[in-house]
Amino acid sequence: MTVTEILFGRLGWDALPFWHMLQNPTFKSVINDLIASGAGLMVVLGALVVVAGVSWLGKWGYLWREWLTSPDHKRIGIMFIVIALVMLARAIVEAVFMRAQQAVGLNGGFLTAEHFGQLFTTHGTIMVFFMGMPFLTGVINYVMPLQIGARDLSFPVLNLVSLGLTAAGAALVMVSLVLEPFSTGGWTGYAPFTELSYNPGAGVDYWIWAVSLSTFSSTLSGINFAVTIYKKRAPGMTLFRMPLFTWTALCTAILMIFGMPPLTVATGLLALDRYLDFHMFTTDLGGNMMNYVNLFWAFGHPEVYILILPAFGVFSEVFATFSGKRLYGYTVLVMATICIAVLSFTVWLHHFFTMGQSANVNAAFGIATMLIGIPTGVKVYDWMLTMYRGRVRMSVPMIYAVGFILLFVLGGMSGVILATPSVDYQVHNSLFLVAHFHNMLIPGVLFGMLAAVNYWFPKAFGFRLEERWGRRAAWLWILGFMLAFFPLYVLGMMGMPRRSVSFTNPAYLPWTVIAGIGALVALAALACLLLQLWVSVRDRDHNRVFAGDPWDGRSLEWATSAPPPEYNFPVIPEIYGRDAFMLEKDGGTPFQAPTQYQDIVMPANSAMGVIIGAAGFAAAFALTWYMWWLVVLSAVVMIGAAIARGFVRTTHYVISADEVRRTHEYWLREVEATTPIRRSQEQSGANRGRAVPPVEGAVQ
Amino acid sequence: MTAVSQQQKHFPALSALGACLLPATLSGCSSAPGFLDPQGPIARAQLGHFWFVVAMLAIVILPVLVLTPLILWRYRYGTSRAAYRPKWELTLWLDILIWGIPILIVVILSVVLWRQTHQLDPYRPLHSDQPPLEIQVVGYDWKWLFIYPEQHIATLGQLIVPVGRPVAFDLTSATVLQTFFIPALGSQIDVMNRMQTTLHLLADREGEFEGRNMQYNGDGFHEQRFTARAVNAQDFARFVADTRHEGIPLDQHNYRILARKGSTLEAAKALGESVTLPDDPLVRFSAVPDGLFDAIMRDAPLDWSELSPTTGGSATSAPATPHDTGGETSNPSASAASTTITTQGESAS
Repeated sequence: MTVTEILFGRLGWDALPFWHMLQNPTFKSVINDLIASGAGLMVVLGALVVVAGVSWLGKWGYLWREWLTSPDHKRIGIMFIVIALVMLARAIVEAVFMRAQQAVGLNGGFLTAEHFGQLFTTHGTIMVFFMGMPFLTGVINYVMPLQIGARDLSFPVLNLVSLGLTAAGAALVMVSLVLEPFSTGGWTGYAPFTELSYNPGAGVDYWIWAVSLSTFSSTLSGINFAVTIYKKRAPGMTLFRMPLFTWTALCTAILMIFGMPPLTVATGLLALDRYLDFHMFTTDLGGNMMNYVNLFWAFGHPEVYILILPAFGVFSEVFATFSGKRLYGYTVLVMATICIAVLSFTVWLHHFFTMGQSANVNAAFGIATMLIGIPTGVKVYDWMLTMYRGRVRMSVPMIYAVGFILLFVLGGMSGVILATPSVDYQVHNSLFLVAHFHNMLIPGVLFGMLAAVNYWFPKAFGFRLEERWGRRAAWLWILGFMLAFFPLYVLGMMGMPRRSVSFTNPAYLPWTVIAGIGALVALAALACLLLQLWVSVRDRDHNRVFAGDPWDGRSLEWATSAPPPEYNFPVIPEIYGRDAFMLEKDGGTPFQAPTQYQDIVMPANSAMGVIIGAAGFAAAFALTWYMWWLVVLSAVVMIGAAIARGFVRTTHYVISADEVRRTHEYWLREVEATTPIRRSQEQSGANRGRAVPPVEGAVQ
Repeated sequence: MTAVSQQQKHFPALSALGACLLPATLSGCSSAPGFLDPQGPIARAQLGHFWFVVAMLAIVILPVLVLTPLILWRYRYGTSRAAYRPKWELTLWLDILIWGIPILIVVILSVVLWRQTHQLDPYRPLHSDQPPLEIQVVGYDWKWLFIYPEQHIATLGQLIVPVGRPVAFDLTSATVLQTFFIPALGSQIDVMNRMQTTLHLLADREGEFEGRNMQYNGDGFHEQRFTARAVNAQDFARFVADTRHEGIPLDQHNYRILARKGSTLEAAKALGESVTLPDDPLVRFSAVPDGLFDAIMRDAPLDWSELSPTTGGSATSAPATPHDTGGETSNPSASAASTTITTQGESAS
């Protein structure tokens, strides 16, 4: 063993994305390596720009103190969402490449099969683990403690560790663009294709460790959220007074706790197969690949609802707020959410009806799956009834919400079709399936999270997002989704398999071309979203809402300044009913000054998130490339950090009652000086975050 | 004739509706046999079931699609003509309705689902006055081998079945997970290494249908297709006779070529077949060692001697599965890499 081998393991020059092109320059290898090198260059340049920018502004200290080590749930939530947006951008570009390939994929195309395989694997892995999960974790992180009247999560440092682990996983997927390859086994990574004997390269290992980091992070987040909701609600905030978003956050948290570990175990066992010659999922020596498939979907199906439930919560808040009306059927919606959460553990087998089990088993799981359709359908009707006899304002979150309802029911329909085993035998593994789950995840999760951003952004940053670009983005997302995925239903029914780099049937071509155009429209939607952010930041002074209530909100988070102080509430509020803030406004008692202020104890900064995240990244990278010394070093750092944390004595700091009083009284004076506006002025510069009080509950 | 063909009668109107609607929406593809143009009783019943589910679900979905825009317009902000009830949050009879109707629909769907899942179970033999034709299917990277055990022949690239006679497939994989599928005839089924799955299909019309692997298994996945040809009884008998006379034996040498990583096309070329694109090549094997399928299934050694006159009388036994076809190593990918015939993924274009 040479020194190079000891230091770098199996990492060699051939990991560079342009190496193959130099060794074996054919037309196709040059095209593909140029694309791959361009992507790698973007990663390197992106990292350099960030480092240079922060250095040039001299903000390293600020970044370290106020963000990277801050245990504030609001800061952590925002950082989660930043990760999600960066990864969203990458995964959408990958989707555009895949759609472009299939649009010219009749008997060829420009991508190699290997490159295409990496694209659909990273696209799926990123969208689920590094876009969807951080996005919803970020939104829950930000909003949930404010909604229940808490100052922070129960375990603020653990929250930092969760963030660090997710960031490490996302970084690993990004690094795989510079040091190739990534897995071609799909986001599901089915064995035995992902076993060492069929895939000896570093790709599958990248996938295993990126996903493992993400699942650890999400399990910890789930514990953190659940404990916070159980233990840190304000007095009077009974479970059935919690806003619906918090309810969905609770159900999601429970699903995370029980749903994530099966995947951690599955990827862990697969790693044992690959690293230590175990035979868990091999086809010989007693291994059985079906165990992998079962474990994966024991995670995979609850995961679907981990992704969708928070979006349901967001939409529930959005429908009630922008209809100026109480949520219809609150108790029913809570029950439906719990039903969905419980049932989600009973249907995993519908992902592999074709694996050869008996008709009894298939039929039972098919029926269980259709049962989930009932509470979901009820929710849709409850949202419609929330708008019914209300006063509906079509703001940006509402466009996403209405688009969601209309498109989601179509996805529900294709879901029941797929849940019917005899029909699934015809459309399984085809583009029909791809169309179905995108039909659930784009109108569901993506629209939900974008609605959440538009809805809560003014709370987080103190100014509203620009409406025009927001509307353009929303309409383009809806249009782009329909153009990109409705043709896939047709293609699936024509028999086109998913994950096909090319095809020979000319009848597919018109539909793949339409889908390609749809992908471009979605790319334009992403551009509009970025423009919306840019324009909003530029014009922020016109859209300030310091008073904190730009939408005539109903729940507690709108009863604070925008942005809220780091302790959220000067005094923990007393809760007397649902829609706590609307209740106060209706009774004429919002914006009260407490009779007495007290010192507030807040968690102190901690570097644990950064240390565990960095060491986790190093360990994962080292395991992928067989750099054993770095694996040992990272493990030592992690264990050492955990022990050292036990000796830290300054875990809290105190904000004096006087400072709290001054901050709060300043805000109350500002609120007093803010002209209340009617909802007709909601989207104008006159909206400074204070609403004309409701009359008998009727929003003005 | 078959029990399954009666399934069609459950949803005749729906199937007719589908048949009318689809050519309008999917112009040009009604001519290609597949899910939308079934060529056998199983696939036909599946399409009927599909339209039944769609129609039932339309009962809950159409109101959403129609009423949502109406509500948005009628209760828009600023209107004074419609009622405004900001504190209304529950009406019991409405709730009974929005729970009751979906429950009713799911109950109906469940009953039909239970019956159809059993009727169309791929493991369920098809009732017919003719005995089923047995075919053993082995998936390789990236091709399918079709063994006709009673006829002692095999084919690669094309599957020939007699019209009107049930076909009983036993399936396995010599490599990773794959999924065997002929959309025009019905159900797809997974094939797994060292495991056997079963599938019963029947073609009731003559024709050529596309068949393929549906489960991603690497670079040649998109090329792993075949043509299923349903022919009449005389043509089938002629095909069997011709294969015995004109085919090549599936001896150890040819098997090694077959088991290498590569597409059907590459294997056909390597086996000396002339290929006319864009048709799927047909490689006919005139003789197949007994127990080949079982040997692959059990990863057991196989007696090739009966097919290898040059090796003399003694039974040379060699393992049948790709785990050892490369000879010097038990690592399948390494063996595949060492014996790849042509450049992967390039030859089809």
